[in-house]
Amino acid sequence: MVMGSLTQDAEVVVIGAGPGGYVAAIRLADLGKEVVLVEESEDLGGVCLREGCIPSKVLINVVDIGNSAVDAKKMGLNIGEVSYDLAKLRKWTGSVVDGLTKGVRLLLEKRGIEIVHGRAQFVNNNTISVDGGKVTLNYKHCVIATGSRINELPTAYDLPLWSSADALKLPEVPKRLVVVGGGYIGLEMGLVYAGLGSKVTIVEFSERLLLGADPDLAGVMIKQCEQRFERILVESRVEKVEESGDGYAVTVDHNSKKETIETDQVLVAIGRKPNTDNLSLENTDIKIIEHGLIDVDNHNRTSVPNIYAIGDVVRGPALAHKASREAKVVAEIIANHNAEFDNRAIPAVVFTDPEIAWTGLTEREAHEQGVNYKLGKFPLRALGRARTMGRTDGMVKILSDPETNLVLGVGMVGPHVSEMISEATLALEMGATLEDLMVTIHPHPTISESIMEAAEVAAGSAVHIVAPK
Amino acid sequence: MFEFKLPDLGEGIHEGEVLKWHVKVGDTIKEDDPLIEIETDKAAVTIPSPRGGIIMTLKGEVGDILNVGDVIVTIDDGNGVSVAPTETKTEEVVETPVKVEALALSAKKVEALEVESGRPVPAAPATRRLARELGVNINIIKGTGPAGRVTLEDVKLIASGEALAVADQAAKAEAVEKDDSCAVAEFAAHASTAIPFLDIDPMPDFAKEGPIEIEKLRSIRRKVAHKMTTSKILIPHVVHMDEADVTELDKFRREENALREGQGGKFTLLPFVIKAVIAGLKEYPALNASLDPLKEEIIYKKYYNMGVAVDSDRGLIVPVIKNADQKNIIQLSDKIVELAEGARNGNINVADLSGGTFTITNIGPIGGTGFAAAINYPEAAIIGLARAQDKPVVRDGEIVIRKMLPISLSFDHRIADGADVARMVSGIIKRLSDPYTLLLEI
Repeated sequence: MVMGSLTQDAEVVVIGAGPGGYVAAIRLADLGKEVVLVEESEDLGGVCLREGCIPSKVLINVVDIGNSAVDAKKMGLNIGEVSYDLAKLRKWTGSVVDGLTKGVRLLLEKRGIEIVHGRAQFVNNNTISVDGGKVTLNYKHCVIATGSRINELPTAYDLPLWSSADALKLPEVPKRLVVVGGGYIGLEMGLVYAGLGSKVTIVEFSERLLLGADPDLAGVMIKQCEQRFERILVESRVEKVEESGDGYAVTVDHNSKKETIETDQVLVAIGRKPNTDNLSLENTDIKIIEHGLIDVDNHNRTSVPNIYAIGDVVRGPALAHKASREAKVVAEIIANHNAEFDNRAIPAVVFTDPEIAWTGLTEREAHEQGVNYKLGKFPLRALGRARTMGRTDGMVKILSDPETNLVLGVGMVGPHVSEMISEATLALEMGATLEDLMVTIHPHPTISESIMEAAEVAAGSAVHIVAPK
Repeated sequence: MFEFKLPDLGEGIHEGEVLKWHVKVGDTIKEDDPLIEIETDKAAVTIPSPRGGIIMTLKGEVGDILNVGDVIVTIDDGNGVSVAPTETKTEEVVETPVKVEALALSAKKVEALEVESGRPVPAAPATRRLARELGVNINIIKGTGPAGRVTLEDVKLIASGEALAVADQAAKAEAVEKDDSCAVAEFAAHASTAIPFLDIDPMPDFAKEGPIEIEKLRSIRRKVAHKMTTSKILIPHVVHMDEADVTELDKFRREENALREGQGGKFTLLPFVIKAVIAGLKEYPALNASLDPLKEEIIYKKYYNMGVAVDSDRGLIVPVIKNADQKNIIQLSDKIVELAEGARNGNINVADLSGGTFTITNIGPIGGTGFAAAINYPEAAIIGLARAQDKPVVRDGEIVIRKMLPISLSFDHRIADGADVARMVSGIIKRLSDPYTLLLEI
């Protein structure tokens, strides 16, 4: 980069190289647009790839194998004590992440997308400056895909507590670990450290873990958690965190009953906030709504017509796959295609053990919205494949319209449901009925048969369970 | 939630182009606040909001075409959810069209569109995309698939206009059962447009041969395309051609203009031609008539509203001089100037663009020795003037120089025959050749 300032015209500027931004850039380039991608970090891929989805799944996979091996002892597997080599695990995680970030760079460079590293800030509706004027870009269209960052615990602002990103680096395996937050990140990381040998205490503010999932789905997973975690505290608020010896003392308020927990490390996983406060959006006419989110229409267009926003900075679940879909919609709109984000379902997946996934209408939403539904629930204990794996803890349930049998929502908990949820999402996008799921041949023996079976239960014609008369 | 459909914009207007939205999603709006500006082929209109509340969705961006009956905006008025208008209710709206006389429309009568709640209709992503591309609001379609799933065919049927109004298949069956003559007639009318040997094939890939640029058919261009196709396919055109000796008239016009120097506009030949044509139409009323092919009737109009084709930046516009027979040459001349200016700068009333009974088109100022104009459907004839020029002609056995005006008259051979038309054109020519004859009829 030349010293001093450099002003450049760009057809499209994409800010952020996460699963929203890099997908938008690639699709735009493939549609014939000249794209400049601005990314603050040296590495591409965003939080998802560098310190979120990907490294967490690397660790979850290894711990799952360890847990399965221990479980298999009773099935006849001879194996000694399962232990983990942290140095190797770090190296393996790093190599997976490196491979993918380099892959993203290659995909971008092969398409001639210019990558500018630095922090983007808006100068006005048509201009951004990078790193305070190192580069100035005048654009025709802009896509904001800056994602979100971890919330910090206000009561422990100055202490070096772990965030999920810190925990993923595996600095150590603390003897005792307090995880603040019983949402999906807290649970996934808590289970990883429990598997690695920490005695984990979960502290959750609301009345149960994983409040976003229906209680019957969460319940199956919570049962497992009760075995793996030292303690689970719900309806508990962290009042203060203080240094205590080599570790910390966490004071928890549980229904006005105070308790202090001594621990070696604290992992804070209390949600994320959108990266919209550091973009100098005040220099534009972009409208900000609640929680610092950017207001967009169903074309992901902000209140400034040539600026779009996607992913965690706009409404909806903060999920990589939602950002990627929005990225493609926006790219097509900028290329004058008649596109729209009209998806019927955004699947949610929690990589706990067992996994939980849901798509479309949940039972809770149905009750809130007063939607009538017919429920078909199929327990995995009635499924051959689940028995062969010794994993009968789980179920698939289908919500359907009582009059037309249209599939309205699907929830599942059990092994491999993170993979199976896509069939259910396709069913929702296609407007499938129970019959469509019932007559589709599902291979035997697989966990996926449970979708067909649940549809049969809902339709009142299940083969593999005895219906209560 | 209140869904507002684009109201009836006036007789014969089915669609309009979005000029400007006065609101955006998320705005709070009061009843009667301006909502949208729409340009029809007749004029630009501002439509006020029939309700107060928060704007939830807007349909169409600037430049998009919206159809009458499309849901153009949904407003959260705090009254719960409501979607999908039923067919009957759509008809109610048709029966109470909003008047277009005033440019601002009152849209309050469309409240009848409020109906039951519903979630998005079941339809596959590819079907939803097709609907978007064809400009069909998929959420008002009651699909023919299982559980009301909207199929690709349903969307194509709606888009082709072959399905009845809202295409509720059940309602459609009911309509046929009840022998709803109106619905059946509409169906039959559409079916009859299948003309043997008429092939409308997809365009070849022109881009293979060289660079191309694609422009959407919009606004006036699109309206002209509709009108001209209808005119040329429906009306058996015959063109009669002749020349008028306007030497004397031109002399008279120039003398008058010289006398009137500095006192307003100059006379062109046009007001004189209008006078001569109206005299002709009075003698041959068939050319001031219209033929209704469905009812098999000829409608003779006892008034003379003269359309004058004007070449504007936006395309061809035909302002109409109402009751032209009751105006003198000076009044006609002033009116022509006023309407032509209005048409050129887009500042013209809807009323001045409709109701014509006959049209004059004058290519003379640009040039040409004669042309066959297309009739302005549903009129019966159009007269085309080319350039008046000095020509050698034979008078009393000698070659003299006279100013000759080429005239062509395209007429509907279903209504009139060549001999009468030749007589009428001869009459027009006689009046134009002899200003004194014309004078007697003023």
